[in-house]
Amino acid sequence: MAGLHKSDIQNPVINWIDTRLPVFTMMQKEYGVFPTPKNFNYFWNFGALAMINLMIMIVTGIFLAMNYTPNTAMAFDSVERIMRDVNYGWMIRYIHMNGASMFFIVVYIHMFRALYYGSYKYPRELLWMIGVVIMLLMMATAFMGYVLPWGQMSYWGATVITNLFSAIPVVGQSIVTLLWGGFSVDNPTLNRFFSLHYLLPFVITGVVFLHIVALHITGSNNPLGIDVKSKQDTLPFHPYYTIKDSVGMCVYLMVFAVLVFFAPNWLGHPDNYIPANPLATPAEIVPEWYFLPFYAILRSVPNKLGGVTLMFGAIAVLFVLPWLDTSPVRSARFRPIYRQLVMVLVVDVVLLGMVGGHPPEGIWVVLGRVATTYYYLHFLVILPFLGKIEKPLPLPESISRPVLPVGGGPLPGGAAAKPMEKI
Amino acid sequence: MRKLLIAALLASALPLGAGAQEVAKQNWSFNGVFGTFDRASAQRGLQVYAEVCASCHSMKQMYYRNLEGIGLTPDQVKAFASNFQVPGALNDSGEPTERPALPSDHFRAPFANDLAARAANGGALPPDQSVLELAREGGPDYLYAVLTGYGEPPAGMKVGAGLYYNAAFPGHQIAMPQPLHDDQVTYADGTKATIAQEAHDVVTFLAFTANPELEERHRTGVKVVLFLAVLTGLTYAVKRKIWADVH
Repeated sequence: MAGLHKSDIQNPVINWIDTRLPVFTMMQKEYGVFPTPKNFNYFWNFGALAMINLMIMIVTGIFLAMNYTPNTAMAFDSVERIMRDVNYGWMIRYIHMNGASMFFIVVYIHMFRALYYGSYKYPRELLWMIGVVIMLLMMATAFMGYVLPWGQMSYWGATVITNLFSAIPVVGQSIVTLLWGGFSVDNPTLNRFFSLHYLLPFVITGVVFLHIVALHITGSNNPLGIDVKSKQDTLPFHPYYTIKDSVGMCVYLMVFAVLVFFAPNWLGHPDNYIPANPLATPAEIVPEWYFLPFYAILRSVPNKLGGVTLMFGAIAVLFVLPWLDTSPVRSARFRPIYRQLVMVLVVDVVLLGMVGGHPPEGIWVVLGRVATTYYYLHFLVILPFLGKIEKPLPLPESISRPVLPVGGGPLPGGAAAKPMEKI
Repeated sequence: MRKLLIAALLASALPLGAGAQEVAKQNWSFNGVFGTFDRASAQRGLQVYAEVCASCHSMKQMYYRNLEGIGLTPDQVKAFASNFQVPGALNDSGEPTERPALPSDHFRAPFANDLAARAANGGALPPDQSVLELAREGGPDYLYAVLTGYGEPPAGMKVGAGLYYNAAFPGHQIAMPQPLHDDQVTYADGTKATIAQEAHDVVTFLAFTANPELEERHRTGVKVVLFLAVLTGLTYAVKRKIWADVH
């Protein structure tokens, strides 16, 4: 037996493999019996949904790449050929196109879950930071993917976004030339974006793997935000959460299907059905909806470098969020003030999204500046101070003995709520 | 707080393209979950396209064979295509030839290139109509509004040289002269060719050329969503059963 892994698997073939390459033991440990808090709500579906979405994007993307031509003279027509002449090409493309929107919906809800239940706090700081890296990679991938059909918005979006890098002092212009592969957005740009758009999803897959490894070290957070204390607090991942994730997946697929089959262009922009024309600027250059809040921040600052800095800063603050939030209590359920403020932040980001979709005129400029200011205020001022002044509600003793029943009847034996302890 | 959030979400669902011209909604056969193309209307629309639009607008994503999608038989497609001369193979002396189009040919473009199209249209380029229905805010309703939106400019408005007043076109000055008039075409099925009828028919045809997959998409979508609805119900039932013993 020297050198062989000890395997509990009975099937001789699988056992033979597992003793040499214990992937089956690993899957059993990480997805079979993996102890998972028993009190997840449906917000905890969204990590699995993001994983499924990534796989859908990779599979549909591979088939699209078989039929797509990355050349400025042919890209638009090759996409239309996919829609018309490739078997089920319309379905593959509409799934991929709306899959990007679904991916951001899922990931934004996943992040809201982390914000609301304090999943970014000790000991999950690195897990959260890896998640922010995934979001950044997703944004880069989505942006480059949007350029590929070579419509008007593809071209002008690419021009505007790549030009942002020219705001960097000294080296900015050189970076832009490097991104373009020339002196304007042109065929070399399209070629490198196609190449990178194919590469980055596999980088994302790698970082997702790290995300999951980090998750399985600390274990999942839960709606109460308290640590798992005993075996009574947990359930094996399978079958309890495999089936609960399946329910979420079915609902998610239904929303996805409604978009793909009945409103495939609802979230897109009509101008992208006009072939790219470097000589005609669209009336309004807007990015895809999922970038609108960031676009609003960019346009709220009258200075280019300032706007770019604040836009990237909006993601950078997320990176250091575990240290900006000074409260040791994770779940917003036990933070009466934060619970309100996290919803205000959601409203603020939605407002930024609306601002991003309107031309920067009149009231939208003011709203954009107010909302941008509040976004930073929330993370840089409110969160550090709130942790010090907010009085949290009493935390439950454990997950299996939740705190006071609704209405506050007599406590069951031993379930006395204990005041929060400073960690 | 929740109300505030809902209000914000609702507001964000409003159309993002502020300032875009509001166009009246029309009743289209292809709208809705079960929408299909009204074959008769789309075929009349093809006639309007062929007799009116095609003299300036190309439709380069379309093949003649695609017309089977609006109910033409293969023989009708063949007959329709043979009305058009398209470039053929080089002859034995290496000179270009022309031949009648086949169902496997792309729609013939009215101009050799964009420059020729501009030269013949006072500098304005008539856009390719293949996916025009998808390429305009408001889609079919907008196209209909433009086609029926010609008229006298309001008092005091000065329309530029070579431009025409149009109520629906952004800026209200369009380079395309009014394309449709009453009895512009003579419908074989006896339908009265009013401007509104012609516009409705040609927009139905343009919706088809932009979304030739629409009917199959709708049919598949209904099946997929029904299947998922049943699957969701079953999965939820299994979930309830598995979780029944968890307290």
